Amino acid sequence: MIIQQISVFVENKSGKLHEVAAVLAGENVNIRALSLADSASFGVLRMIVDKTDIAYKALKAAGLTVKISEVVAIEVPDKVGGFAEVMKVMNDAGINVEYMYAFVEKNQDNAILIFRFDDVRGTLAILKDKGLRMLQAREVQSR
Amino acid sequence: MIWNPEKETLSRDQLSRQQTENLKKLVRQVYGKVPFYRHKMDERGIRPEDIRELTDIVKLPFTTKNDLREVYPLGLLAVDRDKIAEVHTSSGTTGKPVVDAYTARDLDIWSESMARTLSMGGCTAADTVQNAYGYGLFTGGLGVHYGARRIGANIIPISGGNTRRQLEMMQDFGSTILTCTPSYALYIAEFAAGNGIDLAGMQLKSALLGAEPWSENMRREIENKLHLKAYDIYGLTEIIGPGVASECEEQHGLHLFEDHFYPEIINPETGEPVKPGEKGELVITTITKEGTPVLRYRTRDITFFLPGACVCGRTCRRMHRLLGRTDDMLIIRGVNIFPSQVEQVLLRIEAVEPHYQLVIERQNKLDRLEVQVEMNDELFSDEIKQLEAVEKMIERELHSELNVHARVKLVNPKSLPRSEGKAQRVIDRRQLTE
Repeated sequence: MIIQQISVFVENKSGKLHEVAAVLAGENVNIRALSLADSASFGVLRMIVDKTDIAYKALKAAGLTVKISEVVAIEVPDKVGGFAEVMKVMNDAGINVEYMYAFVEKNQDNAILIFRFDDVRGTLAILKDKGLRMLQAREVQSR
Repeated sequence: MIWNPEKETLSRDQLSRQQTENLKKLVRQVYGKVPFYRHKMDERGIRPEDIRELTDIVKLPFTTKNDLREVYPLGLLAVDRDKIAEVHTSSGTTGKPVVDAYTARDLDIWSESMARTLSMGGCTAADTVQNAYGYGLFTGGLGVHYGARRIGANIIPISGGNTRRQLEMMQDFGSTILTCTPSYALYIAEFAAGNGIDLAGMQLKSALLGAEPWSENMRREIENKLHLKAYDIYGLTEIIGPGVASECEEQHGLHLFEDHFYPEIINPETGEPVKPGEKGELVITTITKEGTPVLRYRTRDITFFLPGACVCGRTCRRMHRLLGRTDDMLIIRGVNIFPSQVEQVLLRIEAVEPHYQLVIERQNKLDRLEVQVEMNDELFSDEIKQLEAVEKMIERELHSELNVHARVKLVNPKSLPRSEGKAQRVIDRRQLTE
């Protein structure tokens, strides 16, 4: 239930995001989910892709700084209160979220929330049996 | 007004006779008293009696900043220790500080040369000098102070910073002369404009600005915004502090106080004198200094002698406003910085690559230094706060070495120029040379 996310350092300079996107397109890698976090002087692009290994190698070969992090994906109904329910469970269990982002699934009435926790494995153990629908890697990467 | 007409309008013949006598005396003194110079002269086979005319000065060895550091603290002392009346030093950001030890007579000469400088900027006993140069070991504050005292002007020893207070004092005490760095003068103007303070209503008539490079455009801007005349003044701790050369009311070149500081212009590569009027490196010999005299000091500043006599009546030669440096030293907010210092800091920090690029800009009239550092796998985290912590950590280390704040910017790996070849490590966007 651990999903591999690719994080890329993006210098704050025009053309740098395109550089990353072009590398992935060139390797026929499909981006399933994406979020860009930024500070005043740089950004970090976080992505879940269909071919993690190929993407990682290609970005490295292009001279970029890349890292694989472990994240968790939780599926919720795409309706009012869906996100609130999940966060209530986390809050009640005292879980601290490092960062998160979300995307809505095509042709389905569900949304997927991607979470990064400080201690992924420990958190997973706590979240087990809390009635949340946690997705397998292949469910997120290749639907 | 000419402060000391007798000395400042000597005929060239009289001046050169005086310089020759003083140079001979100096060489005898340092050969007898300073092992550092005796050793250097012996190495070249030069005896004091070989210096008979002014042109013989080229036989003497050069002194470099490194030499001055190596003899720290008092290796250049040419008098008995109990004759020292005051000591100043450079900030020492690039190693051991340079020491200037003054005897009572040296302080007297310093007061004289600064009185000349201030008079060139129109200062009389009736004036109020707001001295915004830093007081302390730095020579700027006390140098101006001694000159203003010699003239008998009223001195406001406010030192640098606290701009609101500067403007209050200026208003309440009717300061007529401002002394500070050119960038601080502009900052004061900006601050006044931003706070609705009318500078046109002030009594200011001139500003004597130095300790960092500036341009003619900056002069115009300062003069328009502060409603005064702005003068370029020149000096360095290694020689005496401020009061080595200064612009007169003509604002056309800086008169060198040659009766105390003998100037030469040399080709920095060969060490040979350049042809008259050609540009090169300014070299200075302190021909009247007692405490820590310096033979043929390589200033690393590039300039040339202006031809002809100045209409102001002073006979000492003029040099052009500084054109640059022979080394890669940068002056940022009055602090001297060598790019290699940045490299040393980066080498000390684990996981950081020693590749860098410096970008200097003038924003809101103050110099801003950005240090670009390469990202790598070891530093990288996908959490913004951790990357920001990396930036902050490098900024702290740089600050403790450079004494000036630098903003760190993380850039892509392998994107910065490498040290081999003529890598462009410094991008200076301040446009100081127009």
